[in-house]
Amino acid sequence: MAAGNQGTELDLSWLARVRVNQPAVLRRAEQIQTRRAVKKNWQAAWLLRAVTCIDLTTLSGDDTPSNVCRLCYKAKHPIREDLLQAMNMHDKGITTAAVCVYPARVADAVKALRAANCDIPVASVATGFPAGQTALKTRLEEIRIAVEDGAKEIDVVINRTLVLTGQWEVLFEEIRQFRQACGEAHMKTILGTGELGSLTNVYKASLVAMMAGSDFIKTSTGKEAVNATVPVGLVMVRAIRDFFWRTGYKVGFKPAGGIRTAKDALVWLSLIKEELGDEWLKPELFRLGASSLLADIERQIYHHVTGRYAAYHDLPMA
Amino acid sequence: MDWIRQMWAKSQKERGVAGEEEETNGPRLIKEEAWNLCKGLEGDPPNDTSVQEPPLLKAWLESHGRSFGHFVDGKWLKPGGRETYATKNPTTGEHLATTLQGNGEDVKAAVSAATNAFQIWGQQSAHVRARHLYNVARNIQKHQRLLSLLESLDSGKLLRDARDADLPLVVRHFYHYAGWAQLMEVEMKDWKPLGVVAVLLPRNSPLLTLAWKVCPALAMGNTVVLKPASSTRLTALLLAELCAQAGLPPGVLNVVTGDQGLGEALAAHSDLDQVAFAGSVEAGRSLRCATAGTGKKLSLQLGGKSPFIVFDSADLDSAVDGLVDAFWLNQGQAHNAGSQLLLQESIAKDFIQRLKRRMGQLRVGDSLDKAMDLGALADEKQRDAIESLVVEARAEGAEIFQAWAALPSSGPFYPPTLITGVYTTSRCVREEMFGPVLISLTFRTAKEAVALGNSTPYGLAASVWTETLPLALEVARSLQVGTVWINGHNMLDAASAFGGCKESGYGRDGGKESLYEYVRPKWEIRPCSSAADLNCKTFATSQGTEAPLNPGEKRVPHSVTSDPDRNFPSVDRTYKLYYGGAQKRPDSMSSRAVLDHTGKILAYVADGSIKDIRNAVEAAHKAAPGWAKQTAHTRAQILYYLAENLELRRAEVASQLEALTSVGREDALREVDLSLQRLFHWAAYSDKYGGTVQETVLYGASLLFREPVGVVGITCPDEQPLLSFISLLAPAIIRGNCVVMVPSERYPLPALDFYQVLDTSDVPGGVVNIISGNQDHLSRGLAEHQDVQAVWYFGSKEGSAAVEWASSGNLKRTWVNYGAGRRCWSDLQEGAGEEFLYQATQCKSVWMPMGDIFAN
Repeated sequence: MAAGNQGTELDLSWLARVRVNQPAVLRRAEQIQTRRAVKKNWQAAWLLRAVTCIDLTTLSGDDTPSNVCRLCYKAKHPIREDLLQAMNMHDKGITTAAVCVYPARVADAVKALRAANCDIPVASVATGFPAGQTALKTRLEEIRIAVEDGAKEIDVVINRTLVLTGQWEVLFEEIRQFRQACGEAHMKTILGTGELGSLTNVYKASLVAMMAGSDFIKTSTGKEAVNATVPVGLVMVRAIRDFFWRTGYKVGFKPAGGIRTAKDALVWLSLIKEELGDEWLKPELFRLGASSLLADIERQIYHHVTGRYAAYHDLPMA
Repeated sequence: MDWIRQMWAKSQKERGVAGEEEETNGPRLIKEEAWNLCKGLEGDPPNDTSVQEPPLLKAWLESHGRSFGHFVDGKWLKPGGRETYATKNPTTGEHLATTLQGNGEDVKAAVSAATNAFQIWGQQSAHVRARHLYNVARNIQKHQRLLSLLESLDSGKLLRDARDADLPLVVRHFYHYAGWAQLMEVEMKDWKPLGVVAVLLPRNSPLLTLAWKVCPALAMGNTVVLKPASSTRLTALLLAELCAQAGLPPGVLNVVTGDQGLGEALAAHSDLDQVAFAGSVEAGRSLRCATAGTGKKLSLQLGGKSPFIVFDSADLDSAVDGLVDAFWLNQGQAHNAGSQLLLQESIAKDFIQRLKRRMGQLRVGDSLDKAMDLGALADEKQRDAIESLVVEARAEGAEIFQAWAALPSSGPFYPPTLITGVYTTSRCVREEMFGPVLISLTFRTAKEAVALGNSTPYGLAASVWTETLPLALEVARSLQVGTVWINGHNMLDAASAFGGCKESGYGRDGGKESLYEYVRPKWEIRPCSSAADLNCKTFATSQGTEAPLNPGEKRVPHSVTSDPDRNFPSVDRTYKLYYGGAQKRPDSMSSRAVLDHTGKILAYVADGSIKDIRNAVEAAHKAAPGWAKQTAHTRAQILYYLAENLELRRAEVASQLEALTSVGREDALREVDLSLQRLFHWAAYSDKYGGTVQETVLYGASLLFREPVGVVGITCPDEQPLLSFISLLAPAIIRGNCVVMVPSERYPLPALDFYQVLDTSDVPGGVVNIISGNQDHLSRGLAEHQDVQAVWYFGSKEGSAAVEWASSGNLKRTWVNYGAGRRCWSDLQEGAGEEFLYQATQCKSVWMPMGDIFAN
């Protein structure tokens, strides 16, 4: 993982200066989606780049070892081999960035990937995902267990109650403890932006999560009513930029929830490129949390190569 | 139309060709650099093909043989023996089409077509005109793609902006004004069309400007002769063709093309009723002089140096976005671009850091490429002009930041540039700079921000960035501009008035407000059509030929005794001037005699001069801020108090009128009573004309404030000297202006007697100032004063011409009567119509986007 964010003291005066003008953010978010279209070869390259940034995810009540296992193999072979060969990209080691599962499925995923002889990290959600409404003690324990089971990355959710009631110190302290519990594992902090009430709160929560030492900040669990939208992403990446300028730490960004199409993926890439620059356009600093996105990207690649639109059954399912 | 069919066929064919190529190319290999670039070692997103001339456009151009005439009377007019002009693709320099350099004959043909068409179009029912405009809107909508392509190639504007911003706005204007056409009989029932309107377009945003001017003109029943800028002609021609195709009657919209001289020839044509101009300040000034005294209405939309003010309470990242959008839009060539950045000192460094980062992301190149942020400049000459200003700034010690990153190697491009560390004295700060060069200054307090923002001769638009509502609103109200955007920039809509004050011109585009440019009151007959044969430069430059009082003369009023029985001399009555709330002796220290209707001297009045005008204007400005801030209620109370005190002197004032003019006792009393009524009328309007909510597409509030114009000089007519004086004074001051009144030269006494009423009615000193003397000389003084914001002149034809001519100095608004048509002051329409409110106010649009509610 990257140099890693060591975190800082909680700076409440910084929080107090945060201003987010929602109408202006919406305008900008709209522009980003139309002004940086990529076409042809470039589009294919960008889509493959997106694939390498995907945290291929399954977070369902009915997850079993078999579908988790299948997901892991798909993570290793995200794009049909013959398509990659046609583009001369078969030797670039293109896999997804990680596989993301519930804590109880970590062991299954680790086993499957080992069997596939593949070093893709397993990411586990934790801390009372998705609501975070459990005791701190059990939330911390959950992290430790997932790490013990072999998860290299932990996606923690924050306690939204603390944001909505303005208890930034307590929030900071909780995330700090999450960080310690993660040990060597990489920590992504899910803000649950759809439940934070305002873009200003999104910005402030982003700052607190970064001050507390998160390696990534992540928009949502995918279980809130509003998930990864471009305006939210814009606000969060600005917070990341500010934090970098102020501290020198590069924190990663992971939009998750509701990202389903190849076009969505391109929008997120161009948002990152515009706001954070090329440096952030790699799996160490950018992830896309998604489950069905990969299928759409694969279909676009199919079209790029063959000039025909694929049926879903033309491509191996995840 | 044939070309549409051809166009379609062609585009099909071309698509076929492209398809074949794909087949032979086989599967597309991803090039190593694509993958690497994406990895982001350096560089840019993808732009692998330079954009070709689109088939759609090619088809249209070729269906006309790439050669266009004028569009007059519903058809193409191609007179022989004209020179031609070649339009080129601004990025590639490729030849697009040739157009004609028209001459006087072409102008004549176009104006006569328009004049004939007006006979029918002007009489048409509102509903029929509404249908026509609606059909035109529909037809434009059908050809949006072609129009935006052409607009982009014609003006060098980004295709993206033409397509996403301009064209939707143009379409919206036609629909919006189809609505006004329909509603004319209800909403504009006291007004009628002018006749033939000349529209002169600038080279930036030609199509939008066209819609701004043409829509309201046609909606109100005028016909139009349009002359596009000499370098951007094609969209106007296409639009005229589309209008004709949509069934707009021949002659209603005519387009003639040519150089600047043709524009001047058009404006000079005697059959015009209105000239609507958008362009440079200098051209506007000379147009004002050229049309002075001709009775043509004039609206000017001129330059701007719009301040972009960022406070420490702003969302800085969003302000940077707004700035980039506002300023680098159209390569900084738009007049309304925010070209002066004002930063609060406490956040200046932070803001500049964010701005520089964002500037590094801007992409410069082919204007047809959707992923470009800046296109080419108009020409090399312009680049050199910009470069010289930048070099000069650097020599002055300014810091220059230029984002060279994505600049193409050839073509008239200039990198996005930021200049900091300059001062208000620098040339690049004072002068309008047409290019992607942004000037940044800092301020300490909100008060200083407003002072800096107002410290320019221009007043088109401004934006204010802060999350603090009280601050935003106060600054918005304090800026002397026509439009203020709060936390946004360049928001425009057909329902919102846009236009400048100060030297950015007068008249509004958009909204109901723009309709007033293209109508006159129903009762009014078009004043004289020929220019007065007059040398404006010398007219009324001296105080007058009238000899100073000759002591040897026998016509001395003292002979009139106050008591005939006792043979006492009456006390000498010499009226002084009145300004700053006190009676003042004239600078000239001389007086003029006022005769009664029998020719006997009734009294003496001060002979005011330019010096007195200067003092009065100064006094008015001193009073103006306080008076404008006074509540409407208080202003009304003061006007009612004036009425009360005038009523006390009813009999006395009436007998004065009787003695002075030859009216009978009854008429004199009636005039006083009407004057009282008028005071009541305008007092009632004190709190009923402050503005409206404009129904724009904005999610938020778009408000129209009708603000005071400032200091208004008013020259009063001889007719009904008391009533006309009150009728002009009252609407001006009730709407918050301060006035310098020049009373009737022949009958100044009712006005001068009025200062005793003013003194006793709590009118703050300086709000009303009265300077008697040679009217034309004093009016000239007012019109030439750079700090008088408007002049209303009711006097001679020559005087009117001189006032209009002299107003070109600071481009103040003028309202003159061309010496024609005695206005019936006692009539409610003529003496107190909507016209008075329109003249007494200037509007400001304030845009306030809203929104903070998010998700749950």
